Amino acid sequence: MTCRTPDQAQAPSRRDFLRSGAALATMTLAPGVTLMAFGGSEAEAAADSGKRWGLLIDASRCAPGCSDCVSACKTENGWSGHGDPERDVQWIRKVTLKEKATGREVNLPMMCQHCESPPCVDVCPTGASFKRDDGIVLVDKHICIGCRYCMMACPFKARSFVHEPVTNQKPHAPRGVGTVESCTLCVHRVDAGGIPACVEACTAAGHGAMVFGDLRDPESEISRRLAEFPSAALRPDLDLNPGVRYAEI
Amino acid sequence: MAIDRTIYREIPFTPRLWAVTALLGAFLLGGVWAFAHVEHQGHVATGMTNQVVWGLPHVFAIFLIVAASGALNVASIASVFDNKPYKPLSRLSGVLAISLLAGGLAVLVLDLGRPDRLIVQMTHFNFTSIFTWNILLYSGFLGIVALYLWVQMDRNVHPKWTKPAGLLAFVWRLALTTGTGSIFGWLVARPGYDAAIMAPLFIAMSFALGLAVFILVLQALCALSPCPLGQALTARLTRLLALFVAAALYFTAVQHLTNLYAAEHAGIEAFILRDGGIYTTLFWGVQVGLGALLPLLLVYGRRTPPSAGLSAGVSLLVILGGLAQLYVIVVGGQAYPMELFPGYVVTSGFHDGQIAGYGPSLPEIALGLGGVALALLATGLGAKILRVLPTNLSDQNLAAKG
Repeated sequence: MTCRTPDQAQAPSRRDFLRSGAALATMTLAPGVTLMAFGGSEAEAAADSGKRWGLLIDASRCAPGCSDCVSACKTENGWSGHGDPERDVQWIRKVTLKEKATGREVNLPMMCQHCESPPCVDVCPTGASFKRDDGIVLVDKHICIGCRYCMMACPFKARSFVHEPVTNQKPHAPRGVGTVESCTLCVHRVDAGGIPACVEACTAAGHGAMVFGDLRDPESEISRRLAEFPSAALRPDLDLNPGVRYAEI
Repeated sequence: MAIDRTIYREIPFTPRLWAVTALLGAFLLGGVWAFAHVEHQGHVATGMTNQVVWGLPHVFAIFLIVAASGALNVASIASVFDNKPYKPLSRLSGVLAISLLAGGLAVLVLDLGRPDRLIVQMTHFNFTSIFTWNILLYSGFLGIVALYLWVQMDRNVHPKWTKPAGLLAFVWRLALTTGTGSIFGWLVARPGYDAAIMAPLFIAMSFALGLAVFILVLQALCALSPCPLGQALTARLTRLLALFVAAALYFTAVQHLTNLYAAEHAGIEAFILRDGGIYTTLFWGVQVGLGALLPLLLVYGRRTPPSAGLSAGVSLLVILGGLAQLYVIVVGGQAYPMELFPGYVVTSGFHDGQIAGYGPSLPEIALGLGGVALALLATGLGAKILRVLPTNLSDQNLAAKG
């Protein structure tokens, strides 16, 4: 315990106030940032139940051959391949669609669709797969036992099992051999007021094919565009209400 | 004709018993090596991938779990349905059921990505998961069958309790296999699953596989002990086995016919039934041909009762067919790609739209066989230290009991 001098005991200055505010924010956010990937209860605590985060992907603007979103995700979250495409993890991947009837081709990124009714969460025996109040679906790495039932259940092949020991992990995106992982919607960025790395990279490349925002806010760009233009959820037959929507497929 | 009293004896130590124990021990050690190897290397040491996430260990594990509930049927037939010739076999039926389940669960747990977190599974339950319900069903099965055995074996317990205990075990085993089938039946995403018929199909499979294992284990234990095993009893068991095989084949037919009727399932059906390469071969050649039609022909296509050798052969064929069926369901169901975008040809660097490849690795085979060895060793241990093997299984006794 430290003693305070009479000077220090005086009323806090404006700078002190700001400092303590920053400290408080750090103390509040730091666990929130680490937690979102580490622990379910803390991660959920960081979520704002008044929001539902989502993505709108405009396939007509997704450029063939461009994989900036994938590269950005790899850099941001510290995952990469070992040259074994069948076993390498894929948090986000580029998919090419060729319409059978017309031959028309479109490209788009696929990742966790952050469903409102996620099958992965339903089937997870320990509750390691969970959905935050703001709609982001995550894996609690502490209690994932690596049974892979969520991978069997996911209709979008969005989850990957880590087959090999991992190195050079990012503090905000801890990973572990023998556990399952998927797109976190860059929850560490979102909780800090930012946007996912893939969206940022797509915008920086000038494509603007990805829009991130709050689906519950009617004034957000994503809500306005969804209201104005046609879009689709993948596997609508399953009625999962994904947070990721696609336009111009 | 006088009936011998049912006297149960432990199997004696003989050089043959030691030889069999050593052989099973070697397979068990192989399983331990496989677990340690994969635990150290990661699942990269297996044939499983991010396309086929459940492989041969799951085939073995599900086989053992399904066979466990089926192995209990012999006791159920005796206690619940009052079929006297089966009564002396009830104890062995219970011991085998517990042992098979233990072997299956061992394989399942040791194949987890993080088997060290078993305690997490014991303390965190998500009740929307059929896996969670299965954990409770499996644990409950072990407890209920142990209770059932105790009721049968403790002379201080009145025999009137055998039937209620047997009935509870019978109902529980039906629930257990329903839960195991529902692991696949409730997977809405994949075209190869997502069908309520998985539950009755698995129940029918369990009847057949459990009885096939029971016949072979009974023959083996009797060969290792002075217990005479009459041909009439194995013949009766084998005819019942053929009936169960027919039931499993019936549900398999209904499963595929239902799918064929729906255009949306035409792809997966064409894959399994016609174009699936190894899966098609396993389905028609091993599951249907060797595992069902041939046993039915061998049992029903003759006027004389099946010999002991034929009973063993038929049981082996049924087991082979069951393994093939589970391989087609588990691996084949994953190998066929999910349809993310109907009406489009999908390509990606993650094998979207492609048939996934899978080849079991040595550690997977060793782990699966290790689980089988564990189950058989546990059964043998039960027969060695407990009085479960009856001495009155001769043909004369069976004839007297009807």
